Amino acid sequence: MKARFGITALVAALLFFAGYAALFIAPEESTMHEIQRVFYFHVALWSAMYTALTIAFVANIAWLATRQPRWDWLGVSAVEVGVVSCTGGLITGVLWGKPAWGIWWTWDARLTTAFLLWLLYIAYLLLRGLLEDPQRRATLSAVFGIFAFLDAPLVYASNRLWRTQHPAPVVFGGDNSGLDPVMGKVLMVCIFALLTVMILLLVDRYRLERMRHEVDELRLAVESGAARPNSAVTKGAI
Amino acid sequence: MTTARAAAILLAKELRLEFRTRELLTATVVFAVVVVVLFSFAFDPTAAESRRYGPGLLWIAFLFAGSLMLHPSFGREQANQTLDALRMAPISPFAIVLGKMLANLLFLSVAEAILVPVFAVLYNISLAGIVGRLAIVLVLGTLGVVVTGTVFSAISAHARMRELLLPLLLLPILAPLLIAAVEATASLFSERPALDRAWLAFLGGFDIVFLTASWLLSDFLLEE
Repeated sequence: MKARFGITALVAALLFFAGYAALFIAPEESTMHEIQRVFYFHVALWSAMYTALTIAFVANIAWLATRQPRWDWLGVSAVEVGVVSCTGGLITGVLWGKPAWGIWWTWDARLTTAFLLWLLYIAYLLLRGLLEDPQRRATLSAVFGIFAFLDAPLVYASNRLWRTQHPAPVVFGGDNSGLDPVMGKVLMVCIFALLTVMILLLVDRYRLERMRHEVDELRLAVESGAARPNSAVTKGAI
Repeated sequence: MTTARAAAILLAKELRLEFRTRELLTATVVFAVVVVVLFSFAFDPTAAESRRYGPGLLWIAFLFAGSLMLHPSFGREQANQTLDALRMAPISPFAIVLGKMLANLLFLSVAEAILVPVFAVLYNISLAGIVGRLAIVLVLGTLGVVVTGTVFSAISAHARMRELLLPLLLLPILAPLLIAAVEATASLFSERPALDRAWLAFLGGFDIVFLTASWLLSDFLLEE
């Protein structure tokens, strides 16, 4: 328990430092000025989202292959954390878009892909909520998760193909082209900080899912009249 | 029994079931016509505008109709636990999925074949000379809708609120297909009709990716 408190405090400190670095250490950008500072957290949130969704995809396949419940717990935890990162990425993007582009939103390939991923994984979470039987919920949501992940490159490719046929309203000035070295370092710190936040949330969410599973098992055991003394919950908390 | 033969028998069963009542096809066609008619009230398009928005409208109507029509595919098996009987048959699970996909492909294609002429009349679009090429676009697009839709119908059949859930699962995943199908159709509806090979290849790629995924995952889809 103490170690977990320590790690959480460490991650909080790292996040605080990353915020400080983005706001005060990074030099001001020449064309967009202060607005550009949202970029450090924006890119970091996307890195966290893609990492989380890739973990979810691997967990979905691993569940189907091994049928060990921990893969199901990991899958749903990673999707939830991924959706949170995605929401953050979309909000920071919209906040940046208005002053920088003059519009809140444009149907650019990257934005569209992110938005559709958000919708798909919200649908994944809804699906899980609507499936009663735990075994079936794990299997069917894993199948849907794999379909959703396969769809992501197709969404991106279709939007790229679509937008190159029609001139895009917005010109991206290549992300890493000519990034100031200090800016690059601040970005790395922010990405690292948000990845640790993501992993911390993921671990906590995973533990919650495992406990939920154990409570369900216990409830079933009580209902059927057969006690299960070996459950981790009975051994530990109670 | 080979997968192809089992799928053919299941296809025949689906067709027999449908042509005894014809309720699925009738409802789908009427629904799609309602969408097309309502659109004209919402936007009051001129001839030039309908040429521009027409392909999008047509595919939105197909996608909505498909997402409603595909629900009974597995939902219908739920009522009398007939899915358990299918599962016990000594055939591969993919044969069951494939048989249903083929049936749905046929149903949605028939609905489209009825809707397209109605649409052409209402929105003043000439189909002369493009029917064959339009059919290629329609078949490739419809295949993508029914492949993903049949799999998701099997998923949502076990859930609560399943009628609402299926469109929610299906429509976002079809976004790339919608773009490709609309663009391919738009290039056929333009002043000088042409078959857009890049978008056709994209549609074909979409179909292959998800057909392969359904084949690989069908064992899990139908397990008890």
